[in-house]
Amino acid sequence: MTHDAATRDTLPRTWSDDLDLRLTDTCLRDGSHHKRHQFTAQEVHDIVEALDDSGVPVIEVTHGDGLGGSSFNYGFSRTPEQELIKIAAETAKRAKIAFLMLPGVGTKDDIRAAQDNGGQICRIATHCTEADTSIQHFGLARELGLETVGFLMMSHTQPPEVLAKQARIMVDAGTQCVYVVDSAGALVMEQTADRVAAVVAEIGHEATVGFHGHENLGLGVANTVIAARAGATQIDGSVRRFGAGAGNTPLEAFVGVCDKLGWRTGIDFLTIVDASEDVIKPAMPEECQLDRMTLMMGYAGVYSSFLKHAGNAAERYGVSGAKILLEAGRRKLIGGQEDQLIDIALMLKAEQDKAAANS
Amino acid sequence: MSHKLTAAIVGPGNIGTDLLYKLLRSDVIEPRWMIGVDASSEGLRLAAEKGLEASHEGVDWLLKQDVLPDLIFEATSAYVHREYAPRYEEAGIVAIDLTPAAVGPAVIPPVNGQEHVGAPNVNMITCGGQATIPMVAAVSRAATVTYAEIVASVSSMSAGPGTRANIDEFTRTTAAGVETIGGAQRGKAIIILNPAEPPMIMRDTIFCAVPPDADRDAIVASVFAMEKAVQEYVPGYRLLQEPQIDEPSAATRGDVKVSIFVEVEGAGDYLPPYAGNLDIMTAAATQVAQNIARHKLGASA
Repeated sequence: MTHDAATRDTLPRTWSDDLDLRLTDTCLRDGSHHKRHQFTAQEVHDIVEALDDSGVPVIEVTHGDGLGGSSFNYGFSRTPEQELIKIAAETAKRAKIAFLMLPGVGTKDDIRAAQDNGGQICRIATHCTEADTSIQHFGLARELGLETVGFLMMSHTQPPEVLAKQARIMVDAGTQCVYVVDSAGALVMEQTADRVAAVVAEIGHEATVGFHGHENLGLGVANTVIAARAGATQIDGSVRRFGAGAGNTPLEAFVGVCDKLGWRTGIDFLTIVDASEDVIKPAMPEECQLDRMTLMMGYAGVYSSFLKHAGNAAERYGVSGAKILLEAGRRKLIGGQEDQLIDIALMLKAEQDKAAANS
Repeated sequence: MSHKLTAAIVGPGNIGTDLLYKLLRSDVIEPRWMIGVDASSEGLRLAAEKGLEASHEGVDWLLKQDVLPDLIFEATSAYVHREYAPRYEEAGIVAIDLTPAAVGPAVIPPVNGQEHVGAPNVNMITCGGQATIPMVAAVSRAATVTYAEIVASVSSMSAGPGTRANIDEFTRTTAAGVETIGGAQRGKAIIILNPAEPPMIMRDTIFCAVPPDADRDAIVASVFAMEKAVQEYVPGYRLLQEPQIDEPSAATRGDVKVSIFVEVEGAGDYLPPYAGNLDIMTAAATQVAQNIARHKLGASA
């Protein structure tokens, strides 16, 4: 930890001083991508109960693409997300329930509804150069008395100083925390540290800093440890990596690492490991794999939730899913542009048909 | 009676300045004023250079002048337009609203361009709405659209502070237009700002849910006809792919899913051609204003 006790006391924290790091499990939000947004009410109840028992202080529940994400473009939810937020809030005894929203996808009305259903932490995500689209939403969230978190997605695409400036916009708009979000799982340790440190230097006396990792290059835990050393105090992960792409930082592994490093998370390692085997694993359609497709995402810097959509388009049009992802990287697509994967698949199919006709 | 209506553009940002270039070419509208609030505005400087009266003292200054415009093009923000719309109407000035304020009825030229020519205030919805609602309407002409969803991707460079501060209004107003003008029973809108360099050309995807017995060929033909209708005022509007038809499945919730992919390349009047979102907005506003002008000039002739 770079913060000594005296510095930490001056930080505007929104949680107990008994924790060195405050962990958020996001398998019920980021994992929604892996689950193709098919969570049932029972699964959400059981997972929240198990995570809450383990001492996880924050649990995020929403459609993978945030409030209002249920759509043709991102996939329709099996159970309305507001219903899932309500179940989560009713189930959790200690944990706070967080929800995600992306300006341009969800609206202020969705934030109000999520609060009515028991959500307490409003996490607002923008692409990491577009923070100013979140100003009206942070304003509303604070007015409603919600705790706020800002998400700078695809942080690997911008240098530390740009992220710091964007974090400043979110803090001025009212967020109490800014996350460096490695949406593509493309950051390699020092790059993570430099970005977190730059954001801490810019906003560290007014807000906390967080880190959200993905496993597409197998660096989730390593990046998260180095982010914490650089001053991140709010940390995301998903038990069993249950998240988009190759999944998120495995929360239970990170808890074990924190135990060894003497960092207090308030989470019981043995209980969360049991939850992983007994409750989370049965809810997963399959384990999150480090395979050709997900490695391609980390390597080419592609938004993790494109995985299933690229797979669908590859199957529908008989083209290579890996090629779709590489082209998505080349076109510099960002989170939310899932529709363009179909256009890419059609382009690849046209090329393929042309090549076949010529041979 | 002059053969042209006079116009003021309020808001010398990206949209207002792009609009200026188009109005200067109109044979029924004369842009005479450009109104802003920042003396150092590039748009004000350009307008003055082109012979307009350019003021940074805001609408309050404009409304105090002895001669008032016939038309005001509002290119500020939804918040500003909601505040000023009643004063324009009081002064007898017709407002063409390019913000998502939605004070007046919405107009999409190839769908309802001749309606509301007598209204005191018309709304241009949003750039994403102008690019996608024609296609929703095209599918609606051939089948019952139970749900339509549009995804608009624009270059960050073409999204000014107004758009950024109004992103909720964008999604709400566009979704409402998908229903009221597009004819979908339920509408949804999504907008993405992409900062890629070189800047991406505006792209829009339109998804429509239609019943399993819908006439697929009629839908496809209607979509191609609409592409031509929009090209009449936005030459850079084009389908990227043939409309895609997905047969009913769990993922489509039992409906037929029609997917339409378009690209909007701008005329490059103020911002470069990637900013098709500006072009389709200002071209549509010009079309609608010219319809209003012809109606008024014809009525008084």
